[in-house]
Amino acid sequence: MKNNPIIKQTSFLLIPVILLFGLYVQFHGDYGPGGGFQAGVLFASGLILYALIEGQAKAEQVFSMRLARILAASGLLLYAGVGVASMFLGANFLDYNVLAHDPLHGQHWGIFWVELGVGLTVTSVMLSIFYAFTHFK
Amino acid sequence: MEDFIIIFLLSLLTITAVAIIFMRNMLSVIMLGSIYSLLSAVIFVVLDAVDVAFTEAAVGAGISSVLFLSAFAVTGKRQVLKQKNKLIALITVSLTAAALLYATSDMPYVGDPNSPAQTHVASRYIEQSGSEIGIPNIVTSVLASYRGFDTLGEVAVVFTAMIAVLLLLLRREEDQEIDREK
Repeated sequence: MKNNPIIKQTSFLLIPVILLFGLYVQFHGDYGPGGGFQAGVLFASGLILYALIEGQAKAEQVFSMRLARILAASGLLLYAGVGVASMFLGANFLDYNVLAHDPLHGQHWGIFWVELGVGLTVTSVMLSIFYAFTHFK
Repeated sequence: MEDFIIIFLLSLLTITAVAIIFMRNMLSVIMLGSIYSLLSAVIFVVLDAVDVAFTEAAVGAGISSVLFLSAFAVTGKRQVLKQKNKLIALITVSLTAAALLYATSDMPYVGDPNSPAQTHVASRYIEQSGSEIGIPNIVTSVLASYRGFDTLGEVAVVFTAMIAVLLLLLRREEDQEIDREK
C-alpha cells in the first residue's frame, strides 16, 4: 500500500483535512454536534492513516507511543483536575459555576477544559491501541 | 415517509447482519460490520440523534474497523469453524432472541411523551440548560456539565481499556526480549 501513488497522494490530501475537522469538532462541540469523544477519534484516525501510508516508524516520529501514554493519562487528569479545581473554589466536584466570575462563563470554561481532556485521552488511547497491535508481531 | 426510510434502513441492517453470519472471510466480515455501523448512524440521523450518529460513524464504522483489521493482521484472516455444540448455540441464540422480543413489547413507543425518558429530567434540560449552561447544544450541556461525573467515568473506562490492551500486547514483546536474552 505504501508504494501505491494514488493512495499516497489522496491520503496526503485528506490527512490535513481530517486533522482540521477533528480540531473543529473538538472546539465547536458547544454549538454543533460533536465533542471530545468524536474529535479524539477523528484526530486519531488522521494519524492512523498517516501511520498506514508512511509506516509505523515515521508516525512515531510525529506522535510517539510514550507521548500517547503521557497524553492519555494527562487528559484524564485534566478532567478530574477541573473537578478538583471547582472543589477548591468552594463548590461541588465538577460544578463549573465557580470557575469564572459568573456562572455562565464558568460553565463555558469547565466544558472547554473537560472536553479537551476527553479529546486528549481518546486520541491517545486510540493511537496507543493501534500502535500496540502493529507492534505485536 | 420517515417510517418508510426507517423500515428500508432496518431491512438493510438485517440483510447485512445475515450476510455477516454466512461470511467466512474475516476481511469481508469487518467491512460488513463497518457498513452495519454506517447504516446505524444513518438511522440515528433520521431519529434526530446527530451526536450519537457522529460517534457511531466515527467509532463504529471508522476506528473499530481499523483496529479489527490490525488485530486480524496478527491472528489470521479466516475463521476456523468448529462443528461441535451447534445445537447449544442455536438454543442460546433462540432463547436470547425470544427474551429480547418479549422485552420490546414493554418498551415505550418512539417519541412517547409519557415515557420515563421524557418525563424525568429531560424537560429540565430542554427548558433550563439555555439559562443554566448557556451553550446551544443541549447534548454537550448534559454530557459535559449535568452528567459530568458520568463522562469522567467514561473517560476512565477508555483509559483503562488502553492499559489493558497495552498490558496484554506489549508484555508479550518484553517476554520475547527476555527469551532472546536467554
